Amino acid sequence: MSRHLSRFALNRLQASILIVIVVCGIFLVAYTIPWLSVSPRTRLIVSTTTSLYETGFLDVIKTNFEAKYPNMKVSFISQGTGFAIQTAMRGDADMILVHDPPSEYRFLNGSYGVNRKILADNFFIIVGPSQDSAGIAGKSPADALRQIRSAGLEGRAVWVSRGDNSGTYSKEVSLWKSVGLSIQQLRTEKWYLEAGSGMTATLQLANEKRAYTLSDIGTYLSNFDKHNIDLVTLIQANKSLLNVYSAIADNPHNANMTRSNYAGAMQLIRYLVSDEGQQLFANYGVSNYGQALFQPYVSLAKSQSNQTLLGWIRELAFFQGSECPPQFRNNAGDLYLLRESTLTLPSSYVPHSSSWTWTIERRTAYWT
Amino acid sequence: MDHREEDGVLDLISEGVIRAIQLILSGDPEVYGITALSLFVSISGTLLSSVWSVPISAALALRNFPGKRAVKGLFNALIGIPTVALGLCLYLLLSRSGPLGLLQLLYTPYAIIIGQCVLVTPIIVSFTTSALESVDPDLRTLARTLGASSRQTDAVVLREAHWGVILAVIAAFNRAFAELGVAMMLGGNIRNFTRILTTAIALQTAMGEIALSIALSIILLAIVISLSIIINLARKSPR
Repeated sequence: MSRHLSRFALNRLQASILIVIVVCGIFLVAYTIPWLSVSPRTRLIVSTTTSLYETGFLDVIKTNFEAKYPNMKVSFISQGTGFAIQTAMRGDADMILVHDPPSEYRFLNGSYGVNRKILADNFFIIVGPSQDSAGIAGKSPADALRQIRSAGLEGRAVWVSRGDNSGTYSKEVSLWKSVGLSIQQLRTEKWYLEAGSGMTATLQLANEKRAYTLSDIGTYLSNFDKHNIDLVTLIQANKSLLNVYSAIADNPHNANMTRSNYAGAMQLIRYLVSDEGQQLFANYGVSNYGQALFQPYVSLAKSQSNQTLLGWIRELAFFQGSECPPQFRNNAGDLYLLRESTLTLPSSYVPHSSSWTWTIERRTAYWT
Repeated sequence: MDHREEDGVLDLISEGVIRAIQLILSGDPEVYGITALSLFVSISGTLLSSVWSVPISAALALRNFPGKRAVKGLFNALIGIPTVALGLCLYLLLSRSGPLGLLQLLYTPYAIIIGQCVLVTPIIVSFTTSALESVDPDLRTLARTLGASSRQTDAVVLREAHWGVILAVIAAFNRAFAELGVAMMLGGNIRNFTRILTTAIALQTAMGEIALSIALSIILLAIVISLSIIINLARKSPR
């Protein structure tokens, strides 16, 4: 080797390895740096529930939204509803997309969030082994849970819970509560297992244990389809299994949230309730599973076609008679007024008029 | 009622191996992107850490000061720090409502680099310190008698132990490359931005895509093993 390298006493092999490493390093930096370069795009951070994330639906939203608004860059952080809300409270996320009405109300009431919009709904399902040792197929959720418990106490059945403060867990807790059982009580009983995991992991655990569990339909179908589990749907589409997804933006007046991208959050929320966004909800799952995984809410509210379902949604997910009580709205503009309504409005109706006539017009719209 | 066959373990593994080969050969941009980002983040973190870790080790190995044993013990203990605990701690620091919030580093690759940097510091310090300490003390005496200043003596010891230092850095890189807790907490696993191999594997497993998870794991292992082979070759070759 030439003299000036003799200080390092490298032989040919070592020198060539070093050269290879340096060249690889250069390629690596050249490949990665464009990604990390400060882009002029504004960044929007959305913290969401794991069940939306695991179905792959969020990628669909991201692709379509960024195609429509190329200057926006959306990042979805999936953490489970409980942590998602906490992340937003700290201002680390600009908005939340979750399915837990009680937590959502606390978020609004604590001045953390504004402008809540209900986006879509579907139903949770209770799944279990095909031989159905507790005999719950076709029963009401309340009866089913009672039967699972009595079978469990006799050692004939097992239940797996998410156990993780997620929206699904929150629904499960309220279901047990409706049959008079508290989680503290259930935890002491041997047939009640807590997975402390996401939906897929919980389903896989239930699969191994031939157990019953509560699942959202998207995650269940995607795992069933991949032959990861062979649990079957035993109970579905019941009022107490209703699952409502909403979006809430960070409150720009909150001290923790001064760095939040409020404008970006409102842009995404408006997109998701627009015809285009709602169509994404309507289409998702049809090609993969032969059924739509979501029922878009906005068109349902516009058309008033299914009064029963609307009634259930109002009961579960409305606060003080509205999807977002006026004190939690911030410059909402026309967000809570449907442009194309089949209701007849007074002939004196003028949109975007001064604020006090605005309030009067709003009160005449029954669906808010 | 017909019994649905679930994929057996061997089926999944062989599917994973085939998938890995397909992904590598087809030049799948997402997988290549994830791998490149993984390498970039872990290499940056390790190199950044060694900037202060090596001087710290030199001080620990070659100097005497009160509490030296305690400091060495502390670094040794911190090698095994749980990554989620470290991730959580740094998350609270980097959060927008935390002390370093104005840097807005959370959920960017730079946050992962910082996290992995902190994670591997005890590893580099511990391993380098013991490498330096195992250098024959007569060498220092010899350098002194030949008129070397203390800094020149340190340099001589470092050169003598250079393979120990390199191995420490490699061990640190392996730890950073294969860790999950820090990357998940600080990066958020955002597609095309902070998704690295380990977080991608976690996500695919959570989504039930077992074969793809296995494929990505194979890629991760292949890189780690290749690096180990290269280093061994470089080391064993005669000077």
